[in-house]
Amino acid sequence: MSMLLEVSGVSVSFDGFKAINNLSFAIGQAEMRAIIGPNGAGKTTFMDIVTGKTKPDAGRVIWGERNISLLGMSEARIAREGVGRKFQKPTVFEDQTVLENLLMALRSNRSPFAVMFYRATAADLARVDELASEIGLAEALGRKSGELSHGQKQWLEIGMLLAQEPRLLLVDEPAAGMTPAEREHTTAILVEAAKTRAVVVVEHDMEFVRRLDCRVTVLHEGAVLAEGSLDHVTANSQVIDVYLGR
Amino acid sequence: MSDTFLTRNPSTLVFLAVLALFVLSVTLLAEGAGVGVISTSFVKTLGKTLCLALVALAMDLVWGYTGILSLGHFAFFGLGGYMIGMWLMYARTQAIVVSSLSEAPIPATDSEIVDAIGNQIFGVVGSSEFPLIWMFADSLLLQLMLVVAVPGVLALVFGWLAFRSRVTGVYLSILTQAMTLGLALYLFQNDSGLRGNNGLSGLQNLPGMDHVPQATLSIWFFWASAAALALGYLFAAWIVAGKFGSVLRGIRDNEARVRFLGYSVEGYKLFIFTVTAIIAGIAGALYYPQAGIINPAEIAPVASIYLAVWVAIGGRGRLYGAVIGAIFVSLVSSWFTGGQAPDLDLGFYTLKWVDWWLIVLGLSFVLVTLFAPRGIGGLVDLWSDRRQPDRHGADLGPGAGALREKEAEQ
Amino acid sequence: MRTTLLAGLMVLLSSLAALAQQVPEPAPVQSILQEQSALIQKSSRKTIAPAIAALAESGLPQAQAVLEAWQVKALWMRISDGMFFRGEKLEGQTYRLFDFDTGQAVGDVAKSDLKQIKPNSGIRALIATALVQFQLSDPDPSRREEALLAIERAPAGALLAPLRASIPGETDPVLKVRKMRIEQLLTIAHGTDEARRVATIQSLSGDLGLDVRATLNPLVSTQLRAFAGDIPAGLNVARRVAPGAGALSPDAAYDLLVAAKLAPARLSSDEIRTTLAAHIEGGRVGGVPLAQLNKEDARTRAYAALVEAGQAPARVSAEQITQSLNAHVFAEIYDEPSAVMTHAAQAALTSIATQVAVGQAVDLTLDALSLASIYFLAAIGLAITFGVMGVINMAHGEFIMMGAYTGYVVQQVIPNHTVSILVAVPLAFAVTFAAGVAMERLVIRWLYNRPLETLLATFGISIALQQLAKNIFGTQARPLTAPGWLDGAWIINDVVSISYIRIAIFMLALIFLGVFLFIMRRTRLGLETRAVTQNRAMAGSMGINPERVNMLTFGLGSGIAGIAGVAIGLFAKVTSELGSDYIVQSFMTVVVGGVGNIWGTLAGATMIGFFQKGVEWLNPSNTLAAQTYMIVFIIVFIQFRPRGIIALKGRAAGD
Repeated sequence: MSMLLEVSGVSVSFDGFKAINNLSFAIGQAEMRAIIGPNGAGKTTFMDIVTGKTKPDAGRVIWGERNISLLGMSEARIAREGVGRKFQKPTVFEDQTVLENLLMALRSNRSPFAVMFYRATAADLARVDELASEIGLAEALGRKSGELSHGQKQWLEIGMLLAQEPRLLLVDEPAAGMTPAEREHTTAILVEAAKTRAVVVVEHDMEFVRRLDCRVTVLHEGAVLAEGSLDHVTANSQVIDVYLGR
Repeated sequence: MSDTFLTRNPSTLVFLAVLALFVLSVTLLAEGAGVGVISTSFVKTLGKTLCLALVALAMDLVWGYTGILSLGHFAFFGLGGYMIGMWLMYARTQAIVVSSLSEAPIPATDSEIVDAIGNQIFGVVGSSEFPLIWMFADSLLLQLMLVVAVPGVLALVFGWLAFRSRVTGVYLSILTQAMTLGLALYLFQNDSGLRGNNGLSGLQNLPGMDHVPQATLSIWFFWASAAALALGYLFAAWIVAGKFGSVLRGIRDNEARVRFLGYSVEGYKLFIFTVTAIIAGIAGALYYPQAGIINPAEIAPVASIYLAVWVAIGGRGRLYGAVIGAIFVSLVSSWFTGGQAPDLDLGFYTLKWVDWWLIVLGLSFVLVTLFAPRGIGGLVDLWSDRRQPDRHGADLGPGAGALREKEAEQ
Repeated sequence: MRTTLLAGLMVLLSSLAALAQQVPEPAPVQSILQEQSALIQKSSRKTIAPAIAALAESGLPQAQAVLEAWQVKALWMRISDGMFFRGEKLEGQTYRLFDFDTGQAVGDVAKSDLKQIKPNSGIRALIATALVQFQLSDPDPSRREEALLAIERAPAGALLAPLRASIPGETDPVLKVRKMRIEQLLTIAHGTDEARRVATIQSLSGDLGLDVRATLNPLVSTQLRAFAGDIPAGLNVARRVAPGAGALSPDAAYDLLVAAKLAPARLSSDEIRTTLAAHIEGGRVGGVPLAQLNKEDARTRAYAALVEAGQAPARVSAEQITQSLNAHVFAEIYDEPSAVMTHAAQAALTSIATQVAVGQAVDLTLDALSLASIYFLAAIGLAITFGVMGVINMAHGEFIMMGAYTGYVVQQVIPNHTVSILVAVPLAFAVTFAAGVAMERLVIRWLYNRPLETLLATFGISIALQQLAKNIFGTQARPLTAPGWLDGAWIINDVVSISYIRIAIFMLALIFLGVFLFIMRRTRLGLETRAVTQNRAMAGSMGINPERVNMLTFGLGSGIAGIAGVAIGLFAKVTSELGSDYIVQSFMTVVVGGVGNIWGTLAGATMIGFFQKGVEWLNPSNTLAAQTYMIVFIIVFIQFRPRGIIALKGRAAGD
């Protein structure tokens, strides 16, 4: 199976501190992957590199069947290529309604002129309705998203990500601050999504990772420490050292 | 299409109705076309105020909706004025020169006429040559195109440079202010080709319309200004109502998030910056024929900040707020500084409004920023009892939202 | 009736007085004065020269006394006999007269019997020049110095000999050096011995003095002239010039021929039009209908017809012009006839020009440094409030203005300029510190993390403060005078100089830099400020009171702006707009340098200062253009270094 994203030999440093050190990583077309690691392991920086926010000092980031490089592309261009990202804290447009948020995310032509003359078609609205019910916000379409609860905002953001129809979903701690019931719902959404696309979840919470039931990559000091099933990596003595200290 | 658009945006309909009513009543009361209760000079003031409302509208689009606090839009306004001023001055001087030369026994050649016009226009700066930038001054059509093109191209180039290097927030404000200052200083020079600090004058006379009294001309310009404002309002309302408006507000509140949705933030910013610069240029081209004179002092950086003041007092992020702010502040300002306001006798000191108005304006501006960030437009909220979203305490005004999210991210 | 009587009485009295005095024998000076009496009495700038010359060249020691008396309007003529005396005013309307030859008092005379010789300013200048030769050897050194000054102002060939004569006897070494230098310059300009002149020129080659250049330049001045045929021998030719090549356009060359009456004048289009207008016959000129004459070729046809009819002079054709130009030689001719002299002067000036270029580069560097220190001064307060705290304070310029006005007010109370400045500096700091703290407490602290709103609110304060200053102090500029010891300039030579006030500002900028570094790195406040800036919550939890730190830091930045205001007020006009003139540049300085780093601000100020002076040097007539180019340059610069010259890197930059 050809890989969707291949990161190889990537390094980046801030003022001499090596945040990412010769990191290599690959993920297939439809695959769920969890990334775990202690604070400062480089999880967020890794996402920054893939989404174009941070330019690495060395290494390659290869994307898709045509093997194009993501380096040198703008964030917007990478997003249009099909990389979606969810931030740790929910970032939705609080001044706008849930409908507006979802419509903005909906996959369509992003050029200013096209957007200016864009009017939502019936198909678009149907798709929004479908997404909204999937994330449990069908009733809240007309509400300002700033009024939503924290968990609802998380879902709205996941909904926006799905609306983008990305081929790769990067999700940063989706379950933070959620009730157990909400977590379950989130897990279901992610697992469903991973059937048709690649999903990378960064998470601290082992319980949540276990429920995702997928391959796990452990990052430490900017490099991959171990990779495999959760049971496999938690049995790794190095991983235990890193997590528990000596 | 316009029907459904208007019904979906009742505030636009209300605005257009109020504007139409206003135009009708001023026309009926004016000297030029009606009973003459309103003097010609006041009609001009009202017409100018409508132009200021139009540029405030542009400012609201770029600042209130997109979050770019541009301190350069009055420079675009001034450039529009200069472009139309060049034609007005050229054509008017040409008429005068031709009529004075026609008394000569030998008819004048074209080059003699052009030389004489050059002498008339540039005598004050000790020159008589036409600079290259006056190349199209004899053609109304080309000069009208320049009204759009010059502010547009300047905004395009400047915006491209600024947005490309991701200059945002106050840095961008300072950079636009520097641009304005640079332009004003350039125009202050005598060899800028635009008569230095003398500026362009006599713009109130329409060439070839000498038989039309100023009273009538003022009404024409008033109508034109009102029409431009109406069109500008419609355009702005149409832009912000749709998904485009969503993207703009998204850029204002969280630029990075919009980028990760796949929108080219720089492209949108550049687009709105340029379009609003063009609107400002058109507003200026309508304003200065009513003012009669334009000089570089008009585009000093402080003018652009006043523009921001109007929009903030009116209430940014809502189109009618910008219009109300511009009309209210500029009319009240001209009332106080025009010496019409009665002095306030405090017993120990007589408060002369001409001297004290700016202090009152400055302080009230501070108060509005601190206590009423929604401006006058916020009153509409109180009246219509619009429910505000629960933002967990902090107010997410334009510009502030993005920052709070950024903090949250760290 | 009474007046005539009185007059008669006076005449009687005066003649009595004259009788009472022994009429002195005609003495040498008096006889000269009598010879020139008519001219002296006429007292006209145009005709007086022979009279002064007669006195000056008489060789009489008393001539100096006469000239000096004359110069100070103390030369009186007794009406009764036309004799000249020095008069001293006594009480009432009487004067005591002194004889020039003997120096003795000759009696007291009523004013009505005397005629005062009043020299006008032109004559006084001539007298002064004549006096120079006497003064050059005067025992009083200050008189000798005056004489030298007079020569410098009006160098005349006649003074060369007395000057040379006075050098050996000069006792004052400083004056001797000056005399020798002036002697050299006079020799170059008016000497008679060519070899000596050339030698003197060579000895002064490379001297940067303006006086040297002023002396040499007339020697190499040229005139462009046209000659039919060859250039006559005996003319000192600088260079030949071909029309159309180089600086001399064919038009200008032909105009030169016309001016020298070597060629017929061309007809201007105005003249042609006048001629055409004078020959309108039945709506036609030369057969061409009037209506067609708004085209150039129609006018040419009409004029040609007039010429054919003999009604107008022929136009000079292009061929004729070419012919005339070919038939003549154009050359620049030195006014100085001697080629040896011009050659030597040219060589000396070339070597001076090289030296001057070096000097100018140094001078430009000093100018740029001084401008940079002004920008730095204006921006350093901002480097604290904006750079460290991240607060956009548009009223920063008004704090500078407040500092300047504080200085002005202090000077109204304390007239001694030195003391008043010493008082004004701490007071300005106190005033603006208080204003800054008040502003922070009342406005800014509510707006932390809302930078755009801070910008607007502080702008509101800015316009209010500006108008308030206008209401209190009026719109006209107020003087803030520097102490006397800051007047003048440190003159290294005639090219390189820098005023003391600029040196003082440069020093002040250095002191500020030191104070800033000290406060930020070595004091508790600096530590706490940096802590609060980097992480407010964390600093708060460690026992730092962020409110207090913000207040003090903002006050400090504002206070420094106040001191800068005193300094800037010393050389700029103190008006209510003083601050707004600097605000944009100050922000640019901080932004270009790199926010949050004082060295960046220093680098930014230096770069902007040097760039602006550089542009001014390329285009000296236009300082406005220099500012425009500077702003364009900054906008482009931001493209390449969006975070400034000295940028914070990585995550700390907070993108």
